[in-house]
Amino acid sequence: MSLPIAEILAPPNVDYVRILPELALSVFGILIMVLDPLIGEYKAAKTLGTVALVGAVASLAAVYVQAQAPGEAFSHMVRVDNFSIFFHAVILIIVLLSILSSFEYMEEQGIRAAEYYGLILMGAAGMCLMTSAVELVLIFIALEISSISTYILAGFLRRDPRSSEASLKYFLLGSFATAFFLYGVALIFGTTGFTTIAEINTNLHKGYMPPLAYAAMAMIFVGLGFKVAAAPFHVWTPDVYEGAPSPVVGLMSTAPKAATFAVLLRVIFEARLPGTFWLIWFAAVLSMTLGNLGAIKQNNIKRLLAYSSIAHAGYLLVAFASLPASGIPSAMFYTAAYAAMNVGAFAIISHIGNRGERYTTIDDYAGLGRRAPFMAAILTVFLLSLIGIPATGGFFAKFYVFSAALQANLVGLTILGVINSAIGAYYYLRVIVVMYMKEPQGEAVPLKPLSAGVSAVLVLSAVTTLYLGILPEAVLTYAQNSVRNLIP
Amino acid sequence: MTALNATILTLVTFVPLLGALILMAVPNRDRDIRWFALIVTLFEFMLSLHLPVRFRAERVGVFQFEINHSWIASPNIHFHLGVDGVSLWLVLLTTFLTPLCVLISWNSIQERVKEFFILLLILETAMIGVFVALDLFLFYAFWEATLIPMALLIGIYGHERRIYAAVKFFLFTMVASVFMLAAIIWLYVKSGSFDFADIQHAIQAGSVPGFAVAAPWLFLGFFVAFAVKVPLFPLHTWLPDAHVEAPTAGSVLLAGVLLKMGTYGLLRFNVGLFPDQARRNAPWIMVLALIGIVYGALVALVQPNLKKLIAYSSVSHLGVVVLGIFSLTQSGLNGAMFVNLAHGVSTGALFMLAGILHERRHTYEISEFGGLATPMPIYAALFLFMTLSSVGLPLLNGFVGEFLAFYGAFQSRALFGLIATTAVIWSAWYLLWLYQRTFFGVNKNPKNASLQDMYPLEKIAVLPTAVAALIMGVAPILWLKAIDPAVHSILQPLAQFSARVVGR
Repeated sequence: MSLPIAEILAPPNVDYVRILPELALSVFGILIMVLDPLIGEYKAAKTLGTVALVGAVASLAAVYVQAQAPGEAFSHMVRVDNFSIFFHAVILIIVLLSILSSFEYMEEQGIRAAEYYGLILMGAAGMCLMTSAVELVLIFIALEISSISTYILAGFLRRDPRSSEASLKYFLLGSFATAFFLYGVALIFGTTGFTTIAEINTNLHKGYMPPLAYAAMAMIFVGLGFKVAAAPFHVWTPDVYEGAPSPVVGLMSTAPKAATFAVLLRVIFEARLPGTFWLIWFAAVLSMTLGNLGAIKQNNIKRLLAYSSIAHAGYLLVAFASLPASGIPSAMFYTAAYAAMNVGAFAIISHIGNRGERYTTIDDYAGLGRRAPFMAAILTVFLLSLIGIPATGGFFAKFYVFSAALQANLVGLTILGVINSAIGAYYYLRVIVVMYMKEPQGEAVPLKPLSAGVSAVLVLSAVTTLYLGILPEAVLTYAQNSVRNLIP
Repeated sequence: MTALNATILTLVTFVPLLGALILMAVPNRDRDIRWFALIVTLFEFMLSLHLPVRFRAERVGVFQFEINHSWIASPNIHFHLGVDGVSLWLVLLTTFLTPLCVLISWNSIQERVKEFFILLLILETAMIGVFVALDLFLFYAFWEATLIPMALLIGIYGHERRIYAAVKFFLFTMVASVFMLAAIIWLYVKSGSFDFADIQHAIQAGSVPGFAVAAPWLFLGFFVAFAVKVPLFPLHTWLPDAHVEAPTAGSVLLAGVLLKMGTYGLLRFNVGLFPDQARRNAPWIMVLALIGIVYGALVALVQPNLKKLIAYSSVSHLGVVVLGIFSLTQSGLNGAMFVNLAHGVSTGALFMLAGILHERRHTYEISEFGGLATPMPIYAALFLFMTLSSVGLPLLNGFVGEFLAFYGAFQSRALFGLIATTAVIWSAWYLLWLYQRTFFGVNKNPKNASLQDMYPLEKIAVLPTAVAALIMGVAPILWLKAIDPAVHSILQPLAQFSARVVGR
């Protein structure tokens, strides 16, 4: 018996297919909440984790289903196309890996699992919706769903004051930033009378550019710039990343960022809001420079990667200053490559961190090359990818971004970018040096055997990183095909 | 044989990597691992002998043993390998020195043996890749790939200040090569290709938009990356540190091969792609090379540390190579390429010999030694032989190349040639003086009296270099007959350029 696909894909059912991944995530999120009281508290973690895992896989399957029938839904508010599918896949794979690497973490830190997994799935629903929504109010709602769940997730180690600080800081600044975004949306509505991306584009470019549109763009950029940790809106990042649970940092440094970059791509290239070039240019240069310079003197590996993520947001923004035809695919590729290496790196950090995340300084990694060769080798792959050494995804990511910039004749920006990536080499290299060339001072950090979940995450993300570095073509071609979804 | 001709370069490039992958999987038994590494590198050397045997020197201006497959469609990256008379010998130099490195590390590396040989084999693949890649992207990938194993070799297996040296080495090279990356991306974006020959044709045909404005900057981008590697004065400061701290095998490959990647790059890319710029910039580059020759020699003269002395002698010798290249004359380039090879053999041998001494006395301080010729006669004889070859004694390998390079410098600018020839005096001075202090005189230090002479393994490691030095000195034509036509075709566009200038 075969599924009545034609029937399902006919209107009005098809509207629901176009938000099927989000529906699946929400259903499984609610299911976890319902199951929680039914299972004993101490057995819950594993069962609920498995349910969450199934939920993530189910929504990936839903993405596959909806990819068969691209199109719009709910009166032009949602659009499923190559662009949204790409980001859905990236986000859901990140979510999947984060859940996998959380199993061990939950057990060790004694965190109540239900809310944790529930929030991850709900947040993921928001992030996914951000990438397929083509209407600014819906984008705003999706952004809020994703943000609120990450605010809470950041504070999950509630006995640790750093975690509470992280949560509160993230929440206060984050709400402030989303308010900016909403203000920008209101101004856009005021100038054009529309909130759908396509209508904004046609109504803005009628010869006369209303000045308010510039203000709107600036507001929206402040809001989104905060979410992707681009300078000068980056100040929260190190504190929040340091305090939040490591698997959550792995998630929130990649998935919501990917979603936000997707929104930014839509706003800049599809809605074509005015005055973006210099805005992006300065934000890119500032992020790269401040991120890399800030990272140099960090001793905590989570703070180091926080600054590194600011720098990477900067490289990514370079693509936004380029021409759409090459800028869009290079930005998309970058989010995927960055996700692979960062999720993997944070899986190792959370594994080594141990109970209460005690071991998070760089010195704690001394001698790892001798004591845990497999972990050290894999972390080295991620770090080399973050540096941008050939044969890793990080290299091609940077390469595409810089060639997009040169295609737009942005020689200055490219030079600043390559100089920055040379600076970046220094601090990533420091971690490799400590792992392989130094011996622990005093008592060595206790190492547990790798659990199956974490090993799976490590292998998967390392393989993805190398795959993107050796055979980047499939992913890039897919990204290139989605360009015409944004610019007709 | 045609089937082998088509795949030989792929094999030569990736056999060591395959060996490294197998090593990763096998259990940690040091003895077997050493044997395995030796067998792989020897097999690799024999495989690479196919290249000079089947190389047809009369086929000028084309790359041989070419293989060209599309790797990634967008960007348009090809897996394109090939050798000409210049890169051919550098590949051979690499495959020749690596088994010797395995031998010299046989007893001196006792900890983390498996990782050591894995790194060594990965390094070999990367180095060969640099010389055979004809796609600029591929070239850059291999270029960067040499960095990590070398930095790890220095940082893990080196001496006291190894970490400082490893990081310095990595950062100097990394920072410099990002400028090359920017230049490569620019060339790709404007010409639509990474292929060396395609880009060369496009530039010569003038079909690269904006090239006239960008050319000086592109030249500089490539130049900085290569000049750091060579290293050219004043970018040489990483070299003494890296050499002194590196394990013996690391020093051998660093001096023997990695520095040659710089001079190779200067010739292939700076001269090959930007002949006009090479002509324009030649004077100041030659001045830097001259400063390097004299300065390197003077600093070598006052070094109290044996390894540092050899390291600075490399700065001086590589200055001769750069001088030869930017003389932009047939004999200058021939000489430069020959010095490249000769220096790889002699300095590689000297570093091995220094390592042998270090293993016995755990110091490189020259003042610790004296009168070593009595307890270690064979060692002393071999050291003398390699010293003389490095000094440039006629009928040994050092002489031919330096003579040709100086001749080229004279043809280009007589004054430069005059200053450059003093290199012969300098190198005789610092090396023979070193020899005198170390091996002659009275042995005042009781620790030196009972030193063991070379073990059989060490002899096996060093002797091939002595043989090579002798053959290269007696019959340089074996090498030059391949180098000469290759160099000639590289100089072709330059000849046209000067014809244009004269015609004006």
